[in-house]
Amino acid sequence: MATLYIDNQPYEVTSGNNLLETCLTLGFDLPYFCWHPAMGSVGACRQCAIKVYKDENDKKGKLVMSCMEPVTNNQRISITDAEAKEFREEIIGWLMTNHPHDCAVCDEGGSCHLQDMTVMTGHSYRKFRYKKRTHINQNLGPFINHEMNRCIQCYRCVRFYNDYAGGKDFDVFASRNNVYFGRHEDGVLENEFSGNLSEVCPTGVFTDKTLKQHYTRKWDLTMAPSVCQHCSLGCNTIAGERYGSLRMIANRYHGEVNGYFICDRGRFGYEFVNAPDRVRQPVLNGKTVGRDEIMEEIKKRLKESKVIGIGSPRASIQSNFALKALVGKNNFYHGVSENEHDMAELAIQILKEGPARTPSLKEVESADAIFIMGEDLTNSSPMLALAVRQAVRVKPMKEVIQANIPDWHDYAAREFVQEKKGPLYSATIHGTKLDDIAAQTHYAAPDEIARLGFAVAHRIDSSVPDVENYPDELKKLADTIAEGLKKAERPVVISGLSSESESVMKAAANVAWALNKSNKNTGLVLTMLECNSLGLAMMGGGKLDGAFNAILHSHADTAIIMENDLYRHGSTATVDKFLKMCRQIIVLDHTPNPTMSKAHVIIPAGTFAESDGTLVNNEGRAQRFFQVYEATDVIQESWRWLLNMGVNAGNERMSHWKNFEDITKAISDEEPMLKGVETITPPATYRVAGQRIPREPHRYSGRTAMNAHLNVSEPKPPEDPDSSLSYTMEGYRGLAPSSMIPYFWSPGWNSVQSVNKYQQEVAGHLRGGDPGLRLIEANKNTEPNYFMSVPEFFQPIAGHFWVVWTHHIYGSDELSNKSASVSQRVPKPYVMINPKDAEELKLTEGQLLSFEVLKDVYELPVRINNTIPAGLAAMPYALEGMPATGLPEWGIIKSVDRK
Amino acid sequence: MFSIIQSMWLTFLHMFHKRETIQYPEEKIKLPARWRGRIVLTRDPDGGERCVGCYLCAAACPVDCISLQATEDEYGRRYPEFFRINFSRCIFCGYCEEACPTYAIQLIPDFEMCEYNRQNLVYEKADLLVNGQGKYPGYNYYKVAGLAIKGKGKGQGENEEQPVDVKSLIP
Repeated sequence: MATLYIDNQPYEVTSGNNLLETCLTLGFDLPYFCWHPAMGSVGACRQCAIKVYKDENDKKGKLVMSCMEPVTNNQRISITDAEAKEFREEIIGWLMTNHPHDCAVCDEGGSCHLQDMTVMTGHSYRKFRYKKRTHINQNLGPFINHEMNRCIQCYRCVRFYNDYAGGKDFDVFASRNNVYFGRHEDGVLENEFSGNLSEVCPTGVFTDKTLKQHYTRKWDLTMAPSVCQHCSLGCNTIAGERYGSLRMIANRYHGEVNGYFICDRGRFGYEFVNAPDRVRQPVLNGKTVGRDEIMEEIKKRLKESKVIGIGSPRASIQSNFALKALVGKNNFYHGVSENEHDMAELAIQILKEGPARTPSLKEVESADAIFIMGEDLTNSSPMLALAVRQAVRVKPMKEVIQANIPDWHDYAAREFVQEKKGPLYSATIHGTKLDDIAAQTHYAAPDEIARLGFAVAHRIDSSVPDVENYPDELKKLADTIAEGLKKAERPVVISGLSSESESVMKAAANVAWALNKSNKNTGLVLTMLECNSLGLAMMGGGKLDGAFNAILHSHADTAIIMENDLYRHGSTATVDKFLKMCRQIIVLDHTPNPTMSKAHVIIPAGTFAESDGTLVNNEGRAQRFFQVYEATDVIQESWRWLLNMGVNAGNERMSHWKNFEDITKAISDEEPMLKGVETITPPATYRVAGQRIPREPHRYSGRTAMNAHLNVSEPKPPEDPDSSLSYTMEGYRGLAPSSMIPYFWSPGWNSVQSVNKYQQEVAGHLRGGDPGLRLIEANKNTEPNYFMSVPEFFQPIAGHFWVVWTHHIYGSDELSNKSASVSQRVPKPYVMINPKDAEELKLTEGQLLSFEVLKDVYELPVRINNTIPAGLAAMPYALEGMPATGLPEWGIIKSVDRK
Repeated sequence: MFSIIQSMWLTFLHMFHKRETIQYPEEKIKLPARWRGRIVLTRDPDGGERCVGCYLCAAACPVDCISLQATEDEYGRRYPEFFRINFSRCIFCGYCEEACPTYAIQLIPDFEMCEYNRQNLVYEKADLLVNGQGKYPGYNYYKVAGLAIKGKGKGQGENEEQPVDVKSLIP
């Protein structure tokens, strides 16, 4: 701690931080551009100038850039000094010389950091009389719009894209005031985090192209805190609506999970909500019917039949629980494949009973050694890949600190570090985008990865069985990895479900547990396949095969399938047979899918934007998402439909549940693993000064005109029975509880940079604590109960391929696929093989290979990849026409088409 | 008594003053150009819609009676997809005109908008858009904005340099 005098007022602050972040933490308004809390300082924009005084007698002082000066004890500075103020105003005047007269047609307007800072400094008239320089824009693909004229050369974009996110196809070109930020030529920005440019850029050079299609100002959006639905990490998002359609997804800062960034799948995958083919009305035997009619019909049908319910890993725990309550405990089945089900349970067992703690994303960022086993993180859990990318800097940064360079001094630190990287060991099936930062890479079949894991674990703790007949080079590799992990202060082992191999997960657990014996800071991250995979697994229920058997053996004749496309979780033949045998199929879902096309009754469920719910992410953190807007037509949450059905059918227990809170309390009471989920947000009765928290900013416009074409008398605004957020602009304007911040705004701070005002300290935790509740904590002091069975070595078979998954950030997720922008980035189906196999089969890139796997014959163009081991073939997970379950499995080569 | 007679006398004298009352509607009042009446959307000198759908009028409106949706033509020129003013709510304060950065929305000296049915006071874009420049002739927003549209590429606006050749080595 140090004492800092700001304009002669003493403040107790953390020493070592830079003056800018210290002033912002203290709540002062100080303009800046190039500094970013996640990326540190470079001192490029000269905007954050303040006065520093030698001592109390020094009246003159000197101008310094506050982002480049560390806090020292008894330091005296002035923010309000006239000379400093004038300097800041002049600087922004210069930055604005070339800035076009564009605000009216600029998507950033109203949430623009440059606008905010211009107003803050007081610069109002352009003194520069000469011409403005112009630039030609580039087409950067479906996600990001480019308008280079607006650039103020703060360099944040390249620093994020290249230095932070590891992008390679973006840079800065030319010199002096001609500098140009873009690609070397028009083309799609390839990095998976390119969408963050729209938030990182302080002005409108990079903006969200999908928002542009249905442009709405930030102040006109009805916004609610939400949680990303497109992978298992549970990044916090803000979802905004206008005129009944979802307009954008923005990052919602969470000090433990996503921090300042989200991936492009999460940011641009939302458009499925607005898809024209959404189910909006109940359908009975192919005919659209009204709400009353369908409820009556269901009541009748439920009464006369034996019902089973199939839940979903992409539905909230409330929806799954309501289904379980409706059909009864013994008739509730998880809608996931057997392997997925078992692995999710294994993951819980590992995380709960084992001694290794599962760290949050933020904690992964501070790991100094990482071992990735079997996961292509960039494609399966993108934000975890970004965290790993930061973690490799942790070890070299220690030297930076020793050299007396503060860690936030980004440019100096990077110059010092050069290409040095901390140990990242990656054992994956084929090459990944993280290989460029990995110290060691190893490409192998899942079982081989597991064997490497066992070998490493044995070298750390000899009570883990060693791998027999292990080749020398792999022994050496295992030695290196074990040494690297043992030396680390905070090692993290990452594995997960995407290779669908239990032995890999068990080996990962062994490594983490072995490390944990000597180092209690060891972390173990296990990723899941869907946003609520873990929540569903924590709830208990039968396997999907059980559901199939119940129908096939006539224990039941009716299936309620909720938010689940069974073809993603069971083989086509089995699901076909199952659906055929069902006398009645009732499907609750929002987006059409093959399962729905076979349903007799379709009930329009709400998407995440039209629902309240709780998801459990891979860390075991229960997080609530709030309904963004009142759905049109009869759409409502799945759990509300199920409650209505339950009450209709005379279900005694369900008749007591009236709203979200009742059902969440019931979950907390009845599901031991989900105990406490009702505490993650304040109750629906929560009010601040008697008021709700408004979903709409105070500048929200058009209330008395937006529906006037339908009826000039405005309807009563909808009321929210499930939360203390209101659907209007009336309510409490101060700081909302951290779990229910609908948008970031502070007086004078209209852009996302206002998040500073919501944090305890800059880039720290949110005021009031980061939201969410960790439901799984490791059993720290237990002796590890190692998995003892080492898998056999992988032996290729002639004429066969061991067919494994490869995940794609765009394409492997069910819902984001339906988004118009994301669907443009989905690759065509293919099969990836090793050059040796290709040579043997005399195949070249793009020629068709026909093979049989899971009793289906696939004919796919070949992609030759040097990294995938011989004897293996990788199929893209769940792309159009591709399976999503059953692999890894042997495939038989049928024929080769060399055309 | 005297004061009553005085008042009556004054009243009597008024019969010979100039009449202030107008025989409306037969006779119309002449209002100044800046009188705040019916709202119109104007066009720029080229005949293009001036409104770029920036939402500032809607944000400025104290009764929130303006709603619109911005969209773009194939060349990137913005215009409102729909533009609606609910005149049954409008208080003719003129804030929308003040906020408008393109001189598109203007209040004109016409107030004869009465309707028997309140629903008829909801004006859509077709009712608002006029074929003229209104009070601010000659202004063309896109000439001074940096955005390229049909007929105006980068660097062709007023006070603009030719686009930078990024690959040039000349200092």
